[in-house]
Amino acid sequence: MEFVKITVNGEIYSVKNETTLIEVVRDRGFDEKRIAVEINGEIVPKASYSETLLKEGDSLEVVSFVGGG
Amino acid sequence: MAEIQEYLLSREEFYSALAKRHGEKMQKLLENSEIAVFGLGGLGSHIVNILARSGVGKIYAVDFDTVDISNLHRQLYRISQIGMKKTSAIKEIVREANPFCRLISFDMKFSAEDEDSLNRTAEIISQSDIVCEAFDNAESKAELVNFCLERFPEKAVVCASGMAGEGSANLIETKRKMKNLYLCGDETSEVNENQGMFCSRVSVCASHQAHMIIRLISGETQP
Repeated sequence: MEFVKITVNGEIYSVKNETTLIEVVRDRGFDEKRIAVEINGEIVPKASYSETLLKEGDSLEVVSFVGGG
Repeated sequence: MAEIQEYLLSREEFYSALAKRHGEKMQKLLENSEIAVFGLGGLGSHIVNILARSGVGKIYAVDFDTVDISNLHRQLYRISQIGMKKTSAIKEIVREANPFCRLISFDMKFSAEDEDSLNRTAEIISQSDIVCEAFDNAESKAELVNFCLERFPEKAVVCASGMAGEGSANLIETKRKMKNLYLCGDETSEVNENQGMFCSRVSVCASHQAHMIIRLISGETQP
């Protein structure tokens, strides 16, 4: 099985090639309804999380929100 | 009311007093800016107040809620405003703080599932220079931020996450999380049945948001 290295909020992870963004989001314990995600500086639309395939070197910034205001 | 205030204080007097403190150039920038604030609760009521007092020319204020007794401990509203729409209540407050700030209010609930709400939101955002997210619900926060970054990638968004409880106020920070996304808060303190909101800490976070907006208006893009 082939693996690729990605970074999520600055930490390096090794994931299976062709892993989707939604899989990483769930694996890392994020609540997909409470986040915004940027890959290599570009915002990823919510609707494309399940078809976004991660490739070697991708840098993910996941911002999560908690309640209160 | 408006006549009395204008008689007491002309627009020129008001802005020259602000310009003396902020500098002529900065005051012009503030006067020419248009800021959208979504949510007029513990964050938004303080943010709108700060922006208006600073001399921001135009504020779009969005909320669907009414002032409740349970809001008074952390939101800027008064006992006499209980039952009033927050959009009307904030208008009263702003009118007395800066009668020359144009506050345009939208009595509406933002919902990513409601086409009409999204269209109105898009209209408000398209007219604004900077967007401020000041909701209380985590999912609504994410929905507005995503909507704005997807549809208006060139607009700066200043949002908040994590300001509940009595943790240190020093943990509240402003961070540039993405190219056009600034986040204020400690990112973890969530409001729940064990952890309420304190005016002191929420308003620290609101001030962080308002100050980042003022920095962006001045042309500074770093937190």
